Amino acid sequence: MNLLRKNDLIMLAFGIVLFAVLQGLISTKIIGSFWELNLIIIGINVIMSVSLNLINGYTGQFSLGHAGFMAVGAYVGVVLTTFFKLPFIVALAAGALAAGFLGFLIGLPTLRLRGDYLAIATLGLGEIIRIVIMNIDYVGGAAGFQGITHYTNFAWVFIIMLITLFVIKNFINSSHGRACIAIRENEIAAEAMGINTTKYKVMAFTMGAAFAGIAGGLFAHNFYIISPSSFTFLSSFNYLIMVVMGGMGSITGSIAGAFVVTFISAALANWPEFRMIIYALVLILLMFYRPQGLFGYMEITNMGIFRRILKRGRE
Amino acid sequence: MSEALLRADKASIVFGGLKAVSDFNLYINRGELVGLIGPNGAGKTTAFNLITGVYQPTSGDIMFDGRSIAGKKPYEITQAGIARTFQNIRLFSELSVLDNVKIAYHSHVKYGLMETFARVGRYFKEEKEIEDEAMRLLKIFKLEDKADEQAKNLPYGAQRRLEIARALAAKPKLLLLDEPAAGMNPQETKELMEMISWIRKEFGLTVLLIEHDMSLVMGICERIYVLEYGIIIAKGTPAEIQQDPEVIRAYLGGEA
Ligand SMILES: Nc1ncnc2c1ncn2[C@@H]1O[C@H](COP(=O)(O)OP(=O)(O)O)[C@@H](O)[C@H]1O
Ligand SMILES: [Mg+2]
Repeated sequence: MNLLRKNDLIMLAFGIVLFAVLQGLISTKIIGSFWELNLIIIGINVIMSVSLNLINGYTGQFSLGHAGFMAVGAYVGVVLTTFFKLPFIVALAAGALAAGFLGFLIGLPTLRLRGDYLAIATLGLGEIIRIVIMNIDYVGGAAGFQGITHYTNFAWVFIIMLITLFVIKNFINSSHGRACIAIRENEIAAEAMGINTTKYKVMAFTMGAAFAGIAGGLFAHNFYIISPSSFTFLSSFNYLIMVVMGGMGSITGSIAGAFVVTFISAALANWPEFRMIIYALVLILLMFYRPQGLFGYMEITNMGIFRRILKRGRE
Repeated sequence: MSEALLRADKASIVFGGLKAVSDFNLYINRGELVGLIGPNGAGKTTAFNLITGVYQPTSGDIMFDGRSIAGKKPYEITQAGIARTFQNIRLFSELSVLDNVKIAYHSHVKYGLMETFARVGRYFKEEKEIEDEAMRLLKIFKLEDKADEQAKNLPYGAQRRLEIARALAAKPKLLLLDEPAAGMNPQETKELMEMISWIRKEFGLTVLLIEHDMSLVMGICERIYVLEYGIIIAKGTPAEIQQDPEVIRAYLGGEA
């Protein structure tokens, strides 16, 4: 157990050092605004992919509507900061609560569905959320919500990303997380081991939705205007690609997936039509050579080097 | 009379038109090791599925520890104190042997979500207890060297032992074993039967054991029920069962 704490401290120290270095480079303008924006997008995408991984990778439920929950967090957030002049942190928390609550409501009936059916249902619900927002004039409808204060910066994103990673990692490495993983592995056996499978599916879905809501709040306050078109099925698909590419059931993988996908889209920003082709090619190659994703089920903290550093092993 | 730990009262289930199990009457006293035998397709597994809530009885009742469990969900029944193994092994096959066992402690964990997220309070203490207890179970089942291996990579006999270890981790009062020796060689089978007798005493368990090979259970069970076509055709001590003409007919086919 000391090992667990040691692991945590090392990760935390690493996170703080990384933050200090990047923040330093940003403050001294060595990292310019283009790459700062990309770092922010990567951080937001990490939150999105890790939280989607909780649902799809760890609990084995196939959700395709993650962008919908992001939209809820984004719109609740901008309404609170713009119309009600509430502090950013309150807006983020409210966005998380709203998205989480919606996830809970949607999860209860839909998580009874399996596999393909669940995927189609969540895809539909994601689209419904977007279309509902598009038809609310109060938040600008299809034209988008204007006049957002630019609260989001690298520090906000990085710190919230770090908290997200720790919370989800701690969840996964607990009896609650094991219950979710057991559902993925064998639902009948999980139930026979005393796990309330419905409860844990809904819990994973709710948590995933809540973190997507926070990511939405961070995303929205990085721009002057947001519109429903930022939260289409294609963006849900984008997050799914990060999870699948990085590895279902691996936090390290989700981080790597968010990195790779964000870099590909940044590098190909001027040739959007190539983006989809490259994604498709990368995915096909992956399915052939590494169907479990870059880090399928593996964490960097469980790998050889890290283990040796920590002298892991049971007496 | 009512002290029986488990009592099935005329439990029946119909699939389509087929009465898979009908008027299933059975009781098991605390501490007993009871066998449920019968030819393939007799309805033994279905009877387990009724007891564990995988299927709801079409009619009849099942009492456990003084309360009706008919209509309860499988996880509720496990939490009430019944754990089982599966005839067609259902391990968490991609996970480590150790994690398979740790998962089964689930309903005994007291730390909540907040303690989990922040890793405070009871989290570390209970996680350590779970790991220690899981390792102790693995040791009993001679699986401690394989703790970090993926369950799917274990040899067949070891997978069956792991299923029993996992069921015990749920800390049941009643353990249901569905053909635990299926696919094992005679030596493994003999060792397993001895182990079942031993863990029953060691853990103060009550055990209901399914087997289709009659000779296996004769040595270790106190009482035996014989099922054929979903109906209990005989019950009694192993000596009584061996001489029962109905049982001889069912097993040898068409004689007597
Ligand atoms: N879910 C089900 N649907 C329909 N028939 C079933 C189902 N489960 C079991 N049966 C039938 O019930 C009968 C008893 O099966 P089972 O309990 O598996 O027998 P045993 O375990 O004694 O070999 C068989 O005829 C089987 O086909
Ligand atoms: Mg059977």
